Amino acid sequence: MSKITGAEILIKSLQQEGVKHIFGYPGGSVIPLTDKLYQQKDIRVHLTRHEQAAAHAADGYARATGTVGVCMTTSGPGATNLVTGIATAYMDSIPIVAITGQVKCNLIGNDAFQEADMVGITRPITKHNYLVKDIKDLARVVKEAFHIARTGRPGPVLIDLPVDVQLQEAEFKYPKTVNIKGYKPNYKGHPVQIEKIAKAIEKSEKPLLYVGGGVILSGASGELTRLARKSNIPVTTTMMGLGAFPEDDELSLGMLGMHGTAYANHATQEADLIIAVGARFDDRVTGRLDTFAPNATIVHIDIDPSSVSKNVPVDIPVIGDAKTVLKELIRVVKKRPYKDWHDTIRNWKKVLPLKYKSDDKLRPQYIIEQIRQLTRGEEVIIATEVGQNQMWAAQHFTYSDPRTWLSSGGLGTMGYGFPAAIGAQVGKPESLVIDIAGDGSIQMNIQELATAVLEKLPVKIIILNNGYLGMVRQWQELFYSKRYALTTLAEKDLTKCPDFVKLAESYGAKGIRVTAKKDVKKALKQAFKAKGPVIVDFIVEREENVFPMVPAGESISNMLHGLA
Amino acid sequence: MEKKKKMDKFVVSVLVENKFGVLARVAGLFSARGFNIDSLAVGKTEDPEVSRMTIVVEADERILEQVEKQLNKLIDVIRVQDLTKGDYVARELILLKVRTSDAKVREKVVRVAETTGAEIVDVGKRSITVEDTGDEHKINALMELLRPYGILEIVRTGKVALPSE
Ligand SMILES: Cc1ncc(C[n+]2csc(CCOP(=O)(O)OP(=O)(O)O)c2C)c(N)n1
Ligand SMILES: [Mg+2]
Repeated sequence: MSKITGAEILIKSLQQEGVKHIFGYPGGSVIPLTDKLYQQKDIRVHLTRHEQAAAHAADGYARATGTVGVCMTTSGPGATNLVTGIATAYMDSIPIVAITGQVKCNLIGNDAFQEADMVGITRPITKHNYLVKDIKDLARVVKEAFHIARTGRPGPVLIDLPVDVQLQEAEFKYPKTVNIKGYKPNYKGHPVQIEKIAKAIEKSEKPLLYVGGGVILSGASGELTRLARKSNIPVTTTMMGLGAFPEDDELSLGMLGMHGTAYANHATQEADLIIAVGARFDDRVTGRLDTFAPNATIVHIDIDPSSVSKNVPVDIPVIGDAKTVLKELIRVVKKRPYKDWHDTIRNWKKVLPLKYKSDDKLRPQYIIEQIRQLTRGEEVIIATEVGQNQMWAAQHFTYSDPRTWLSSGGLGTMGYGFPAAIGAQVGKPESLVIDIAGDGSIQMNIQELATAVLEKLPVKIIILNNGYLGMVRQWQELFYSKRYALTTLAEKDLTKCPDFVKLAESYGAKGIRVTAKKDVKKALKQAFKAKGPVIVDFIVEREENVFPMVPAGESISNMLHGLA
Repeated sequence: MEKKKKMDKFVVSVLVENKFGVLARVAGLFSARGFNIDSLAVGKTEDPEVSRMTIVVEADERILEQVEKQLNKLIDVIRVQDLTKGDYVARELILLKVRTSDAKVREKVVRVAETTGAEIVDVGKRSITVEDTGDEHKINALMELLRPYGILEIVRTGKVALPSE
């Protein structure tokens, strides 16, 4: 067998894994790799304008397609620029493989030029990571990295590859199987536990399915929907679970938690049985722990044993893959009317609906609703930034399909949405990909307009421009006597610094500004019809707040409604 | 044989891949999650690709459960076992350097060593180094016996432990 270089071995291994796209940025320590990538056609490399964006794009690609996203950077600053993106993927269990160049093996540990200890830096934010010092290990490491990233509870894996290893030569043989002694995720739930759930459901009068991102990751939305309908049990999802269950279904309670619907939170507090599937009882969901779901027997189905009984003691744990376990569960549940329970919920929905002031003003919630109206029946993917924009997008869009909601949940990373949308558009060229943004967040990765324009990725950016770091301002308004420290981004005229329309145009994208409610639909239609990327700068009601809201650390029974 | 004594100290035996950086992964996990390590000892096993760590953790049952689960989550961790759940043998090695200002003291220290089964491993002009292995109880007893003479330096390996049959 003939010998090929480390760079070629890496590329061939990526091909074996079915990789079609890499998001990356070059530098001294990956020149041998980028040079070989340049000479082949199977894998497309998308040049971002910042490495953070490459990581988010890989993440957005993974979330939208359900396959592993790949990003690549040089050593040192290129690699450290990935950190926020990797941490974002880690917190939301998103499978990405990050490839970083490293200084030559004999310089490692010498404070060499552009050296950073990436294995050390990313240890707590990766599922696993590797430094490959011996070319003989490279193919196996790539095989393991993809296996680890996509199986079990998915997550990011980093491969640090010294530049001299990229140049060394060896024979290429891709391993057929993976054998990692300490890594054997358990997919099948224990039948005894599943039996116990069935019994608990039989005894319950007020059951509730509490569904998280794990259901989407496991591809179990269909099973979940069937289970809910077969058993007649209402469903609430976390923010990460949006799209796992159709929100226009009778059984849907929408999202629960800090900015969840009043009826989802009340149902959680009243339920006598909570069946958590692929959710992890995050503090943004549970509020004050000792008051959470006080009457409920708690079932927890999760692939990650360490998620079970971490925050909330669980009565019936089931370790396994959501899809596999739900299939079993569907088989054993029976339909029951739960008449009183459904009546109670229906009443909450009537008395405490999600609402906002309906007047002539341009309110952000209205914009989200209009986006939904105008895109019904289309394949649409919503990415978001972080802050009020994210919460309005979560509350008012009505999601019905998995992998159509891309948002940084665990880390809450401003600047995530736009590059994630770019990654999603690469993976789903036929979909309408929209980034719902705040005027603050969008400026964190605005440079990616160049990527979108040059790579012909027609992402639509909807800026809910309130001239504030709005979510922080909301906390300051409610809990800090309106002292708007560091949160005012624009004084009076929100169209000046920056002028987002001109900014879009300067990159060769389209810019549209909307200041009145009556112009919303027209502008959105125009944006969605356009061939290339568009920014729509909506100058919205500046001090609009997100309600309902559970103040941090309080019981989710104590929601602020604060409304008209 | 040591039985469960204090409920707040657990002896956890961890089989890991004998790979570069694995100690950092385990230590990093403890610091990142705020778990308290009392002692940690590590060495190769009969299989050169596998090392065994013996970690003594201070925890309650709930934290211990998380410690075990989080350790298991590490890819390089092959097996985690809470030895405190059953019977196990645990040993520790200690070296104590004791001040021996004159011949009389020296004689007394040697006597202590002889009667406790400890060994003299180094004799200097002004100090004697005593080595002992045993369970925690034995080690502590030796320390107390020698303390009055003036202990200059101590090093302990931390527990190593195996479940008993
Ligand atoms: C990288 C990063 N820095 C800081 C924060 C804290 N933070 C959360 S929301 C927010 C304000 C976001 O402002 P904007 O993007 O304008 O959105 P809005 O809330 O106004 O809709 C800030 C600063 C964060 N989540 N991420
Ligand atoms: Mg804003």
